[in-house]
Amino acid sequence: MQNLTKGTLALAGCVAAGLWLAGGAAAQQKEILIGSQCDRTGPTQLVGTVFCPGVQDYVNLINSQGGVDGYKVRINELDNNYQVPPAIEEYERHKQEGAVSMLIWGTPQAEALNPRLEKDHIPGTSPGFGAAAAANGAKYPYLFPLAATYWSQGADAISFIKGKLGDSLKGKKIAYLYYDNPAGLEPMPILKELQTNEGFELRTFAVPPPGVEMSAQVLDIAQRYRPDFVIAHLFGRSPSVAIKGLKQAGYPLSKVLGLVWASSEADIAAAGGWAVAQGYHTMQFVGVGTDYPVLQQIKAMYQKEGKPPPQGMQTSVYYNRGIQDAAVHIEALRNALKLTGGKPPTGEDMKKGFEMIKDFTLGGLLPPLEVTPTDHEGGGWVQIFQVQGDKLVKETEWFHAYRDMVLKAVNAAS
Amino acid sequence: MFYRESGVFKTSYAADMALMPLPNTRWAVAALGVLFIVIAPLACDEYTLSVLNLILIAVVGAIGLNILVGYTDQVSIGHGAFMSVGAYTAAHLITQLHAPFWIAVPAGGLMAALIGALVGIPSLRIKGLYLAIATLAAQLIIEWTINHVSWVSGGTQASIQVGPPSVFGTELTSAWQMYLFLMFFVILAIVGTQNLIRSRIGRAFIAIRDQDIAAEIIGINIFRYKLWAFAISSFYAGVTGVLYTYYLGIANYEQFQLDVSISFLAMVIIGGLGSTLGPIFGAIFVTLLPIVTRRVLESVGGLFFAASDLSAVIPSLRLAIFGGLIIFFLVMEPEGLNRLWRNVRNYFRTWPFSY
Repeated sequence: MQNLTKGTLALAGCVAAGLWLAGGAAAQQKEILIGSQCDRTGPTQLVGTVFCPGVQDYVNLINSQGGVDGYKVRINELDNNYQVPPAIEEYERHKQEGAVSMLIWGTPQAEALNPRLEKDHIPGTSPGFGAAAAANGAKYPYLFPLAATYWSQGADAISFIKGKLGDSLKGKKIAYLYYDNPAGLEPMPILKELQTNEGFELRTFAVPPPGVEMSAQVLDIAQRYRPDFVIAHLFGRSPSVAIKGLKQAGYPLSKVLGLVWASSEADIAAAGGWAVAQGYHTMQFVGVGTDYPVLQQIKAMYQKEGKPPPQGMQTSVYYNRGIQDAAVHIEALRNALKLTGGKPPTGEDMKKGFEMIKDFTLGGLLPPLEVTPTDHEGGGWVQIFQVQGDKLVKETEWFHAYRDMVLKAVNAAS
Repeated sequence: MFYRESGVFKTSYAADMALMPLPNTRWAVAALGVLFIVIAPLACDEYTLSVLNLILIAVVGAIGLNILVGYTDQVSIGHGAFMSVGAYTAAHLITQLHAPFWIAVPAGGLMAALIGALVGIPSLRIKGLYLAIATLAAQLIIEWTINHVSWVSGGTQASIQVGPPSVFGTELTSAWQMYLFLMFFVILAIVGTQNLIRSRIGRAFIAIRDQDIAAEIIGINIFRYKLWAFAISSFYAGVTGVLYTYYLGIANYEQFQLDVSISFLAMVIIGGLGSTLGPIFGAIFVTLLPIVTRRVLESVGGLFFAASDLSAVIPSLRLAIFGGLIIFFLVMEPEGLNRLWRNVRNYFRTWPFSY
């Protein structure tokens, strides 16, 4: 009996030692950790359930191709449920595990984490979220929006509308339908300034959170104000309500432009499908559709494993944005490894890596970003797509507008 | 703790009125003090301390809400908004007048107390669910005001950055410094509440809770004491808001929305109403449970799900387990974790001679 116990103990010891050695061997493999906060639950889950798999798939694709200069990339994805205290906990955890850069999820989270990013010298990306002023790399050295901020979106929207209305906005009426929170209010200063410069009339229509009831605003727009164009800056469920409401009120959707969070296939489906949304214009800071080499590679990767391509690819707007967010980190890592000569980079190296991003478009999926130590937005590029038939059809190439004015506002905010 | 009260004889009024009448309690509190003030900041790494800090902030808010909900039997789902009142008041004082923390913290609390007392006025006419809705209105009004009044919010982004607090000329930047800073306020909150409920005001609160008509008949001014309850409770909420602002380095009202009010109510109810220990347990439970659940799921989840699905499964499963455990604990002990703790304590008090 005693021998048996001893034998068992010895066996257990061997197994434990074996496991430990195996663990040691795994740790010796060169690996870089990128911390990711990505919400598949909470108020932004409509975005996250499509966005987060995009992040994972791109990183898996890079790893299946041998990683970056021999380093495997690990994404540790944590869900903060769109609350700030969990975001702090997750940030500290990523930091402890040695993450060299972070994907941040959410506007208040980006604001709350910014002081920590600065203190710990870890760069974070917040594409499509939060403070437009973060485009200023001098004031926010470790926060990278890396996509058109709300200020750029506002300026780009006006420029697009100007083109649609015959290259002059003098005396034209524009309605701004927005979600009544800081993010919804953010483009307002830019719109106001353009109003005086371009001489159009601007009326604002606030939609109180949670934004699912806006029949009064929609009727006001469609039947009383009758603007020449509508800019819809809405989030969550509300874009679909706006599309459906404007359609029912008889306002032509070909005179409506949705900013980036009112622009996904999911919004159109929730509004009643493609037939309802015909003509609706959408603004995108990442390309839409699956006709890009990187998406074909991901499809091939899944086929090789004998699995169907991920469902999220169908709602390509958010999936592609997930690819973008992961891709800029990988590109920054690639740049950082050039700087360190192949040694594992620090957060500081990664920051420099981000600031070297240039001519990196993944075959047109990403805009011609040019990140500099002062411009962390990369140019404020957007494309406009229109609902035609049962897909989003590209209307414009990458463009940005009123750049001087936007940059002036960014610098003034600092 | 596991000891009896027999053999302790009080020979003076002062001994009878003492906060901790039993010598054993004093020893236990001293030991806990050493553990949490000396050992914890030395032994814990930065990550653990950051989690502890979040718990400490939540403890202050939960203790404050418990004064209102647990001791006075009024309800508020506007406490998230009161926190934002404290946060913005302090943020303005800090950024514009360079106020030190010992001005910013009480000032934030006092402003929140003022607003809280105003919001408490309907409690004189309405009770229970009706009062809950009235305080919900306060939550929404305050959110709207901060969003739209730019001299309150500091701009359309509605966020104001503040630096770390400085004590005796030292800026508190590291996790352990912040831990001790927050611990100071937690101790103040605990001692303050313990003393408050033994005072004239506290006894009035409890009388109102137990039977408000009877309380009025024995001469308690219900009008005054209900507003006191709202004001004191909101003071704690305001302080919580200031502490969040210091800890995060930013005041932003989107951190104090309705879900925050609800989760603080959850802490108080799960912890146990009408005790000081209850909200502490509740704050620990609500803050820690999602973290622990995720850690457990990460280590054992691989046995049930494919590794590639894990990151999709964990967030949803975590919420389901979190909800399930809250139901489980409340069904097992409707009076909260504090009651559970007391049951355990009572069992061991007579152990091994329980009969």
